[in-house]
Amino acid sequence: MHLDHPDGYPQRHTHSAAPVRADGSRRALRIGLGGPVGSGKTATVAALCRALRDEFSLAVVTNDIYTREDAEFLLREAVLPPERIAAVETGACPHTAIRDDISANLEAVEDLEEAFRVHGPLDLVLVESGGDNLTATFSRGLVDAQIFVIDVAGGDDIPRKGGPGVTTSDLLVVNKTDLAPHVGSDLDRMARDAREQRGELPVAFQSLRSAQGVAPVAGWVRDRLAGWTARA
Amino acid sequence: MTDRTTSPAPAPSPAAGPATLLVLADGRFPAGGHAHSGGAEAAVKAGRIRDAAGLEEFCRGRLHTAGLVAAALAAAAALGLDPAELDAAADARTPVPALRTASRKLGRQLLRAARAVWPAPGLDALAAAFPRGAHQPVVLGLTARAAGLGPRDAAYAALYESVGGPATATVRLLGLDPFEATAVLARLAPALDDLAGRATAAAHRARDEGAGVLPAASAPLLDIAAHQHAQWPVRLFAS
Repeated sequence: MHLDHPDGYPQRHTHSAAPVRADGSRRALRIGLGGPVGSGKTATVAALCRALRDEFSLAVVTNDIYTREDAEFLLREAVLPPERIAAVETGACPHTAIRDDISANLEAVEDLEEAFRVHGPLDLVLVESGGDNLTATFSRGLVDAQIFVIDVAGGDDIPRKGGPGVTTSDLLVVNKTDLAPHVGSDLDRMARDAREQRGELPVAFQSLRSAQGVAPVAGWVRDRLAGWTARA
Repeated sequence: MTDRTTSPAPAPSPAAGPATLLVLADGRFPAGGHAHSGGAEAAVKAGRIRDAAGLEEFCRGRLHTAGLVAAALAAAAALGLDPAELDAAADARTPVPALRTASRKLGRQLLRAARAVWPAPGLDALAAAFPRGAHQPVVLGLTARAAGLGPRDAAYAALYESVGGPATATVRLLGLDPFEATAVLARLAPALDDLAGRATAAAHRARDEGAGVLPAASAPLLDIAAHQHAQWPVRLFAS
């Protein structure tokens, strides 16, 4: 599952995204989570926070479409203290805020990094996009890696249809596998189609209700973090 | 009169042509504007914008108030007036805290984009002096200067942005016919030309007499609505 590109993170065009901070230390790894509305992005972020918060210094940036609900959900679930969660407003265009004009998100990430610079710098910032469509992907100027979350109830033909999120994300998560028998989705077919679209890029089948829960995705994030700090 | 010997040197004659202005004024310029409606969201909710005619009236009012003020500040910054003095002048002309916050946020976002697109020592100095962001029109003027554009270009960019934002937002909020919304912008063009001239003249006057002489036209309804809009629990736009 660990398919890190050794030095593959593309050229940065923005002032904050250089992998090394002004003081010479390595900045936090930034991982984006995108995907259609209701596929389980926020639930995955919450589960990731619970799984990783004792090992790493974490923060989350949410991109709600018209409310602060995602940020408030994370606060209510108390997955992280409030100072580690920031909300960005996206002006009716969630994909614009993560791809075409990333300035507000970069600012939110930087502010979080700055707030924790002295006492335990951040290791990882998760940037959750507002629920959007299958073409929404993160700019490489904003995140170092991206996870695209779809769910089996959205239709088992989504991997076959492809699109930038399905084909190019660094990790494809097929969520809510526990629902597959109830909605008539064929997981084997989804796996085959995903392999066809993605080649060697990894796919994780996930049910947050199972005993395994978010573990496979958390493991992938751990590998990414290990690769990131190894290059420091 | 204030001693201006410490002010930056007068702007050199603009080195960049119209194509550079197109890049700066493009609605897709990645400086955060897409998340702001320029007051249109509040006006739509209040029923003051219901159609293209309402949008045109709204934009005309905005142009002659907030638009002119922003344009004159931007032109003065492009002309080389002291950015700190202009920033204070912008504060004085922005009484509503929500709009001050939005303007500084957008200024910070624009500065980020500007430093990547037209790197210049003046922009680095501005970022160092205002780590939390200077007012957007001031940043816009310094960006124009860094791009080799002149004060009139900066005024045009500020004016176009002051109506382009609400027009795009109204298309999203009302499902307004995008052709009609763009036709509104085209009908406003003569007003933009006129106001760009006035803003540029005011900037030249401010170079000799100080930022106090810059226009201070206010739009109380925009201010009140912006203050209320900032408290809404559910909204599509940040301002």
